Amino acid sequence: MIPLDFEDLTVEDVSRHFGRRRALSRISFQTPKRSILGLLGPNGAGKSTMLAVLATLMRPSSGAVRYGTHTAGASGAALRSRIGILGHDLFLYPELTARENLAFFAGLYGAQKPRAAADAALQRSGLADRADDPVASFSRGMRQRVALERALIHGPRLVLLDEPFTGLDDASTAALVARLQALRESDAIVVLATHDLDLAEGLLDTAVFLRDGRIAETVARPDALRSTYRTIMRRTT
Amino acid sequence: MIRTAWLVLKKDLTVEVRSLEIAYTTLFFAVSCVLFFAFALVKEGKAPEDGAAGILWIAIAFGGTLALGRTFERERQSETLRALLMAPAARPAIYVGKLLGIVALLVAAEIILVPLVAFLFQAPLLSHPFWLGAVLLSGTIGFATVGTLFSAMLVRARSRDVLLPVLLYPITVPVIIAGVRATAALLQPDVELALVRFWVALLVALDVVFVTLALWTFEPLMTD
Repeated sequence: MIPLDFEDLTVEDVSRHFGRRRALSRISFQTPKRSILGLLGPNGAGKSTMLAVLATLMRPSSGAVRYGTHTAGASGAALRSRIGILGHDLFLYPELTARENLAFFAGLYGAQKPRAAADAALQRSGLADRADDPVASFSRGMRQRVALERALIHGPRLVLLDEPFTGLDDASTAALVARLQALRESDAIVVLATHDLDLAEGLLDTAVFLRDGRIAETVARPDALRSTYRTIMRRTT
Repeated sequence: MIRTAWLVLKKDLTVEVRSLEIAYTTLFFAVSCVLFFAFALVKEGKAPEDGAAGILWIAIAFGGTLALGRTFERERQSETLRALLMAPAARPAIYVGKLLGIVALLVAAEIILVPLVAFLFQAPLLSHPFWLGAVLLSGTIGFATVGTLFSAMLVRARSRDVLLPVLLYPITVPVIIAGVRATAALLQPDVELALVRFWVALLVALDVVFVTLALWTFEPLMTD
């Protein structure tokens, strides 16, 4: 399998239905590399569904997602090798140690030296001293840090993050913000779903405000996120 | 594909060695099953003819169903199934890794069950170890192949615990029957090896069909 590459992400008129329930309705946006796009909205707005569609875990009912010139249907595994996702669930095995978890996923993503990749990731996350402890014994914040490293262990072009600040203390939050900025500088496309507007403030290049599965508004270089959010959500109620 | 299957197998075995959750429940259930039948059927040291063959396969099938139910359930609980499916590895390789893990676990259970059944039912199960091994391995692969696929298919279903045996047993009836008949043939005073060979060949043929179908259908079943 030859990993493919892409320089932008385009969502074209994507809808997703679960039976009669419409989770996403005609969503469109585009974001280039070297950018952070925020999916903002209240619970049930469709943020996680949108991320699942972008991650190729879910097919849109209509519309298309283009990764550069590629589509999920045509490119499959090669495309997945360039996507990293940190979901609301952390995708970690609680019985395995932090090192075993990271080495397992590094191996799945084709790393030649999974253990070395895991050790480097543990250094980055500041958890090297807990490398051989089972993840079950970690606090939520520590698990979140391991999960972030799992999502990034293969150097993805597209990074999808669902509520990544959950459970992090101030120091870990600051480290994550710095990490996201570093990802942007390293040409990644970061899509971040959150309703923590204070933490997203100043971080986003584009904010897509979602409500009831629809785009309420797309704002480039947003500032004063909280008041913008309130204004937009009030308007669309 | 081999590397991915090996990684998944190694991970599953490591998790199992740490928790022993599936091994304990499977063994406890299978051994209880054998004991109940032994107390019910063995009178004055005499067991019904071919009873040992049937009891052995019932214990494997019932214990195996418990193990199959847990193998993907564990991935569902920690939502790691999504992470596995997100990996750029061929999805059938994930299935193969899971299947090998279940087969390894059931073989380990059989290593304990066979001497137990042989002892309690006074059955010469170990008189042809090679052929018994061939029967058990080919039968276990057939049973686990279908079971692993259904377990994956039902992972999101609310009533998966009920649906798994309902779907699994009708499809694996030919495997269980062939396994019982082959094992019974090995218990005869004059073992007719041609007959054993026939049943083993049938089991291998069923394995080939089931494995092919499972590899073919796993990816579409797991998408969405």
